[in-house]
Amino acid sequence: MDKYVQVENVRMVFNTKKGPFVALRDINLNIAQGEFVALIGHSGCGKSTLLNLVAGLTLPSDGAMLCAGREIAGPGPERGVVFQNHSLLPWLTCFDNVYLAVERVFGQTESKASLKTRTHEALALVGLTHAEHKHPHEISGGMKQRVGIARALSMQPKVLLLDEPFGALDALTRAHLQDELMKITAETHSTVVMVTHDVDEAVLLSDRIVMMTNGPAATIGEILHVELPRPRERLALANDAKYHEYRGAVLDFLYRRQLRPAA
Amino acid sequence: MSAVILMKGFENMETQEQTTPPVAAVVDVVAPDTARAPGVLRLATQMAAAFIKLLVPPVLGLALFIGIWALISQTSPQLPGPLKTWDSAVALFSDPFYNNGPNDQGIGWNILASLQRVAIGFGMAALVGIPLGFMIGRFQFLSAMMSPIISLLRPVSPLAWLPIGLLVFKAANPAAVWVIFISAIWPMIINTAVGVNRIPADYMNVARVLNLSEWKIFTKILFPAVLPYMMTGIRLSIGVAWLVIVAAEMLTGGVGIGFWVWDEWNNLNVEHIIIAIFIVGIVGLLLEYALTLLAKRFSYE
Repeated sequence: MDKYVQVENVRMVFNTKKGPFVALRDINLNIAQGEFVALIGHSGCGKSTLLNLVAGLTLPSDGAMLCAGREIAGPGPERGVVFQNHSLLPWLTCFDNVYLAVERVFGQTESKASLKTRTHEALALVGLTHAEHKHPHEISGGMKQRVGIARALSMQPKVLLLDEPFGALDALTRAHLQDELMKITAETHSTVVMVTHDVDEAVLLSDRIVMMTNGPAATIGEILHVELPRPRERLALANDAKYHEYRGAVLDFLYRRQLRPAA
Repeated sequence: MSAVILMKGFENMETQEQTTPPVAAVVDVVAPDTARAPGVLRLATQMAAAFIKLLVPPVLGLALFIGIWALISQTSPQLPGPLKTWDSAVALFSDPFYNNGPNDQGIGWNILASLQRVAIGFGMAALVGIPLGFMIGRFQFLSAMMSPIISLLRPVSPLAWLPIGLLVFKAANPAAVWVIFISAIWPMIINTAVGVNRIPADYMNVARVLNLSEWKIFTKILFPAVLPYMMTGIRLSIGVAWLVIVAAEMLTGGVGIGFWVWDEWNNLNVEHIIIAIFIVGIVGLLLEYALTLLAKRFSYE
């Protein structure tokens, strides 16, 4: 299926006190099933706004959005979101945080035991079996983000939406989680849309990199196809000429053609 | 023996004497008394110092208070001094639960009667106020609707409600409970509503993405997120309720600590009035303390 997620002529206008603010215009994007797409751009370019539109958390002012042939009219469990700041509920254990999602999606059709098994499996997938019964404040930032990913994956979403999921983590933890995410998406064949501002992350993980122009009234500036064979190895790519070519192209777009005068 | 070794080891850790290997420390302890005495002594003095630091200021404050009270009672003969009050309190509390008819009951019965009124009035205020607070916090329309009523009625002195209570209920006891109800309800409504408003948008986004039912949103997100605010409201409410009960009972009569104060004033038993002040203070303190413990029990971090 070539057009699993369809975004057509989408325009997003926010009503502010100073009048209407055009955040996005003329957004056209089709995402194939199993594809990994990164949205990259300077801060304020509306990449998170675009992700929220796909998530259904906000509705477009104009244009059409479809997921698996159906109109996106609001958020739903078939589009799992991993939030920028993990957004775990602090009063629930890691297990219960994931269970809440599992119960919602499979609670009508499956037994309690099977719901629990699903929760255990999701946490095992991100390597957190040992922390199941801890509360979010007892674990590290990287672990919290992994629980967030487990929660999104546990719903078996058709599309996984990641909003700068590793932005708040240190470089080593981030690299580790990127590797894990690659492994997981290879196993689950998930369709992924990920907002990032990290060029290396975008090239390493994606099949396509959607580069956005600066706001206001941002739109898609260019789309880069990353044709590196999978599975990708961080260390091997460090000396790969093609990798550096892609990296150079994104950097060129961001820092030469879309450079902000004053950030 | 082993305890001494432990203590010696502990001391070494504290002073960071890393030049002495642990074995040497053990040998040290087995050796003469002079070696371990300073260690034990120092630990004892440290504990004593911490204890003194914790205890001295409040004790000093209380001593100052009693001193000033004694001084004033010297100059004004109607006011009984601390010693006289103490003697009277000992006599009073030697038989707190006697019962010689409705107008002459032990101090214990009076305290319990007041606590019972507070419990009923406060309980009903919680039953009405907390759900109302949730709804006001959740629905903008209701908030706009209720806001003028709350702003208007909240600053009214609780006792102004007493005549209305007497008129409607035609009895003193429900009127006193009514006054407690109306004065305890505001902090609970307002704090609960504020708590609902301050729920981080992230949590509500989680609820939307997971498409949770309204019931799940309430039990898994709204209620736990609002609980700390609610507990603050409850604590404020019970404080107000306990403040108000004394005044209300003075006016309504019957059995209760407020009525008891008034009764003792009519008997010109000033010692008992002073004792009542202490009782009201101590019971209020205990209520506050119990609720603080309860709030800690429910906080999730």
